Amino acid sequence: MNLRPDPTFHATPKLAMAAPVETLAFTLMLSPDGAQPDGLAVVDVDPKSKSYGQIVHSLFMPNTGDEFHHFGWNACSSALSPLTGHAFLERRYLIIPGIRSSRIYVIDVKEPLKAKIHKIIEPEEVFEKTGYSRPHTIHCGPEGIYVSTLGGGGKDGTDGPPGIFIMDCETFEILGRYEMDRGIQDKHYDFWWNLPRDYMVSSEWGLPPQFENGIVAEDLLSNKYGHKIHFWDLRGRRNIQTIDLGENHQMALEIRPAHDPAKQHGFCGVVVDTTNLQGAIFTWWRNDDGSFEAKKTITIDPQPASADDLPELLKGFGAVPPLVTDIDLSLDDKFLYVACWGTGEMHQYDVSDPMKPNLAGKVEIGGIVNKTKHPNGKEFGYGPQMVEISRDGKRVYWTNSLYSTWDDQFYPGDRGGAMVMANAAPAGGLDLDKAFWVEFPKGYRSHQIRLEGGDCSTDSFCYPNT
Amino acid sequence: MVALWWAVVASGVYHGVNPGMGWPLTVSAALMEGRRSALAAALAMLALGHFLAMSAILLPFSAMIALVEWQREIRIAAGGLVMAIGAYLLINRRHPRFLARVKPSRLALWSFLAAMAHGAGFMLLPIYLGLCGVQEADIGHRAAADLMADSVDTALTVAAIHTAAMSVSGGVLATVVYAWLGLRFLSKAWFNIDVLWALSLVLVGGIGVWAAL
Repeated sequence: MNLRPDPTFHATPKLAMAAPVETLAFTLMLSPDGAQPDGLAVVDVDPKSKSYGQIVHSLFMPNTGDEFHHFGWNACSSALSPLTGHAFLERRYLIIPGIRSSRIYVIDVKEPLKAKIHKIIEPEEVFEKTGYSRPHTIHCGPEGIYVSTLGGGGKDGTDGPPGIFIMDCETFEILGRYEMDRGIQDKHYDFWWNLPRDYMVSSEWGLPPQFENGIVAEDLLSNKYGHKIHFWDLRGRRNIQTIDLGENHQMALEIRPAHDPAKQHGFCGVVVDTTNLQGAIFTWWRNDDGSFEAKKTITIDPQPASADDLPELLKGFGAVPPLVTDIDLSLDDKFLYVACWGTGEMHQYDVSDPMKPNLAGKVEIGGIVNKTKHPNGKEFGYGPQMVEISRDGKRVYWTNSLYSTWDDQFYPGDRGGAMVMANAAPAGGLDLDKAFWVEFPKGYRSHQIRLEGGDCSTDSFCYPNT
Repeated sequence: MVALWWAVVASGVYHGVNPGMGWPLTVSAALMEGRRSALAAALAMLALGHFLAMSAILLPFSAMIALVEWQREIRIAAGGLVMAIGAYLLINRRHPRFLARVKPSRLALWSFLAAMAHGAGFMLLPIYLGLCGVQEADIGHRAAADLMADSVDTALTVAAIHTAAMSVSGGVLATVVYAWLGLRFLSKAWFNIDVLWALSLVLVGGIGVWAAL
């Protein structure tokens, strides 16, 4: 407990943008075959430092086979709401779930270069207290730390639907399930909310048998992955509306609401449209009567390719799909970054008008067919995947791995983890930084990035911009 | 007597400037709705909840005032209770999670529950009993029913004056932040007064006991 609110808590997104810039990033490292323990890399992102772009500290876990994916902070700017009574928490711990093992690590990064394990929650405890498995997205909210899961109970995670559970934000005890009425929600992936307006939005990937051993082509072609987004009464814990994006819109993944809580819209990325291999972004919004709507506002076309250049899975299609696997929205709600993991592109859209996004910038790097090299001459291995934006919106970081078994299907062979950074121009435009390239230890892939002091996909704000 | 009424006002100011009692929510309401009048409306809801919470604590004690011969014991017991609540809040520093279940649109309910959970009404109790005690000394020969009616009036007046002071101090602070200082002030000026708050309860309870002895 602090005597003052943590200096990294900000009342509004605008105040967060004006805060000191990040000097460190935390990046997850995963061992795709489980041969080595997964780990947390602390990366120097201070251009004035001698070790700029290098891993300055690594912490490896005591177990193997966790499969690190997403992670989050124990506390964020949401603590500044008097409603919750958590104003004096410290932003100090990273909550890192293993999506394969269902084990959860709480890492103390108060001294980032001496990051250490604070607590381990064993899978059995997660199963017993929640009936869920495969924990995934982390957000700090009204009742504590909310954790989305991808699996239900049982060995293969199909015994009951997956959902969200809540952890105590001080003791990290698992408190139990979030949902009181889930409606028709039966799959899960991401979630986020608007705290003062008291609604939550969640999305769907697929059930564990549909992803753990690789993408199941038959399921995809028969549209069996998730294609709905769910809207919730956040504090009432009830599903109030479900919107089906259309069954051809397979895998509705990241949910990115506008950061300014006065705005009532957000975005959701769809990996692939099975009718034409396009990637898509939906804009969703809340009407004044409290009902929600969603509309497709961005489509990204596949690129024709010869079967010889394509992996087994895609040979029959004669094209490489963009595969929109991650999206991220800048804190000023102006630019939406869209990772096209298949084609090897990072798109930057001006979403000042959320219903009419404009492609403002683009970087090509990696890709199944194009294999575009980094300006420093190095091979990027895979495609742009987990993307994170600096609070001031000037630097955009991303890594290249999607998920161990899916990497192997779309990009066969081991191609090495990488993390790069691009500079974003204030009026639009994106350029890779030649000097920034993070090498990961041999045998490791890189996944989600968290920036020191918060970034564009962690903090929830309780007060509108002025 | 006058000092005790000033204590009622001072406790109101103290509660009003404490962000934990809700003034930032009124700034948020004004910003969300884009009009300053929303600040006053939100403040009124917070005040209503706070007034009810104060009354809920004071009124049961006003019923007991009629037991004139037990005055001293009641005041000592009440002081002890307030000290015990302070001590409990000192030891148990956790915030009640049920507050987080209250919808942001139900500010009066939230304000009521927040005040109850933090023992805000108990901070007023020894002051209130002190005020009744003074009255009782003056008019010791009056009928029990009269005394009770008087003490109910006093309880409601104490709660009202306290809540008014709270609304004015919280409202002024919120308006200044809304119109001039900006929300940066919120994270800069918010101090963790959990310990101070708990100690205030112990202190006020202690004074109540001491005054009754």
